[in-house]
Amino acid sequence: MKFITIDKKDWANGIGKSRKTYKLFGPVKDKNGFLIKSLEKDIMPEMDYPDSVMSAKSIIFPQTEKMLCTTLDESQEEHHIMKRVEMDNSPRAILGIRPYDAKAIQIVNLNFDTDDFRDPYWCDALNATTLIGLGINKPGPFDFSTSTGTGPFCEEGLDILMADLDDKYLAKILTDKGKAFMDVCEFEIKADEKESQALFDILRKEAEKNIKSHIDTDKLSEKTILELHDAPFWDDVAFSCINCGTCTFVCPTCWCFDIQDETKQKSSIRFRNWDTCMSSLFTRHATGHNPRATKTQRVRQRFMHKLKYFFDKYDQGIMCVGCGRCVKSCPVNIDIREVCNIMNTYKKQD
Amino acid sequence: MNTCINKIRELALELLDKKEVEKVIGFANGTIPLATSPIAITSKQDIEKLVFNSTCGLNLANYLRDQKGKIAVIAKGCDTRNIVTHIVENQIKRDQLFIIGVPCNGMIDQFKIAALFNDEIIEFSEDGDTLNIKSSLKEEKLYKKDYLRENCKVCMHKNPVIYDVLAMDLVEEQTLDNPYPDVDKIEAMDSDKKWQHFQDLTKNCIRCYACKNACPLCYCPTCFVDESSPQWVGKGQNKTDVNTFHYLRAFHCAGRCTDCGACVQACPMDINVRDFTRKLNKDSFEMFGWEAGLDITKRPPLDAYSPDDPDDFIK
Repeated sequence: MKFITIDKKDWANGIGKSRKTYKLFGPVKDKNGFLIKSLEKDIMPEMDYPDSVMSAKSIIFPQTEKMLCTTLDESQEEHHIMKRVEMDNSPRAILGIRPYDAKAIQIVNLNFDTDDFRDPYWCDALNATTLIGLGINKPGPFDFSTSTGTGPFCEEGLDILMADLDDKYLAKILTDKGKAFMDVCEFEIKADEKESQALFDILRKEAEKNIKSHIDTDKLSEKTILELHDAPFWDDVAFSCINCGTCTFVCPTCWCFDIQDETKQKSSIRFRNWDTCMSSLFTRHATGHNPRATKTQRVRQRFMHKLKYFFDKYDQGIMCVGCGRCVKSCPVNIDIREVCNIMNTYKKQD
Repeated sequence: MNTCINKIRELALELLDKKEVEKVIGFANGTIPLATSPIAITSKQDIEKLVFNSTCGLNLANYLRDQKGKIAVIAKGCDTRNIVTHIVENQIKRDQLFIIGVPCNGMIDQFKIAALFNDEIIEFSEDGDTLNIKSSLKEEKLYKKDYLRENCKVCMHKNPVIYDVLAMDLVEEQTLDNPYPDVDKIEAMDSDKKWQHFQDLTKNCIRCYACKNACPLCYCPTCFVDESSPQWVGKGQNKTDVNTFHYLRAFHCAGRCTDCGACVQACPMDINVRDFTRKLNKDSFEMFGWEAGLDITKRPPLDAYSPDDPDDFIK
């Protein structure tokens, strides 16, 4: 492990050098706030940003992604045989990713990279990506990441964690990928390891103290799935829901997708799109039967998946990193913090 | 406007107490500043949860379908126009509703206010025409009139058009020489510019469908975007598909849209969805003298035949 000091005056120059090797992504101001976007040409990431509206997951798991293609032209030898679409998996780096978004990528990875199945699209994209996080000195009011096993200076999933020290960044290199990125940027002013770590610890504690929003998850494991599933509060939780996909699309840990085929003349493409359990189409069978026909069932599914099914299945905490994006973006202000606390404190009446 | 809440609570309490309604649908305080959330109150103990302020911008007509028994609803001018539309389109019966009308002085534009701050807003309160807004970095006192939503600025039906009781005195309606300056601006563009305008408008659309789901008009059991045989529109982020969704949805609202602004308020990406619907509202007004949701006895113009139709081909 090693620490590097980067004078902010050298930042743009070093990042410029990395462009020869890496395709860069980072926070950019857009009309409704910040978005993590491709940093074309000379665009620099705006590192000092309040959280982005959408998370960084789309850089590895795009909302629409081509998977397979074929030709329908029967004069061609391999017609109707689906083949993987060639992807650009050259090295890419996400600059200034929030630590909880990197943790979220680890959570999504549990689904896409398992002993039994390996989603090649996700895995290849993730392999190609270097995650350069920036610790959050001043967490916003929606941040409850310390309650979800991450936090403003969490290192999990990151290749580099940087700390903003006004006129410079202090970068902690966490992986070989991180080191490789620093090398091409030619950031090489070493910082004392012990002092730097002590500084990181102070910054982390300060930042964590500033997080005022908390949830309790300690009692979720004591309850059975059916107890929570059959609890009487779901109709009230769901009443205001309009069943849009906002919460699931802004969520850094929602991984569900739908597969579609499209043909144009003789070419055919199979691609996937983010799907949302809020939509009735998500579970509608070909017969017309829908096991989650009502909005209450769908709202319950989302919270049960995040806060109970995932929790029980993986034993790695809840499927929420506490970014607060869904709280902020929900058109009707359904707040996962409230729902989590309702679930956590729920006691079945005999 | 925030003073009418006592009257709203008093009326709601009486209705529940006398068992005249099963529930009262209104707004409750949100968990974050500048947010309120639709709520159904069924018990007297919960009456205090009801609030009414300048952030109640969603349209509660959207919550009235498929409810059992008699329901009371807190309704602004635009909400009542959508209730009229619902009644005309047989989505709900007039006698199932007890409408608590709230004359409205306009709702505020959260995006416009958020844009004044470099960090998150942590406190919001309003005092008459003054909005007090605080973030960790600064505090602002704003004049509400300057931060009204665009649809509220041009609203000419602030007062409920149908109600059983009013929660406060009627307010003065504004008359505008030109209620559609925004449409005029787009109409004046040449076709390339117009095309670019609408391309840019939907650039960040994530197809969450918050706009259509917040819209009281979008009650089709299966929206055309969800149909699979035939599949009318692709489901991905292809620009043509994204725009097709917006165009067709807008056309389906032609002559029915009340310009309540719920679509714009619901959009997490700050897309001015009204740029699609407003032109159709203007056309409805100019061609048919029609504004949606004002008359319980009249069907919307695209749903009715009249010998005065401006088009010849139909005669």
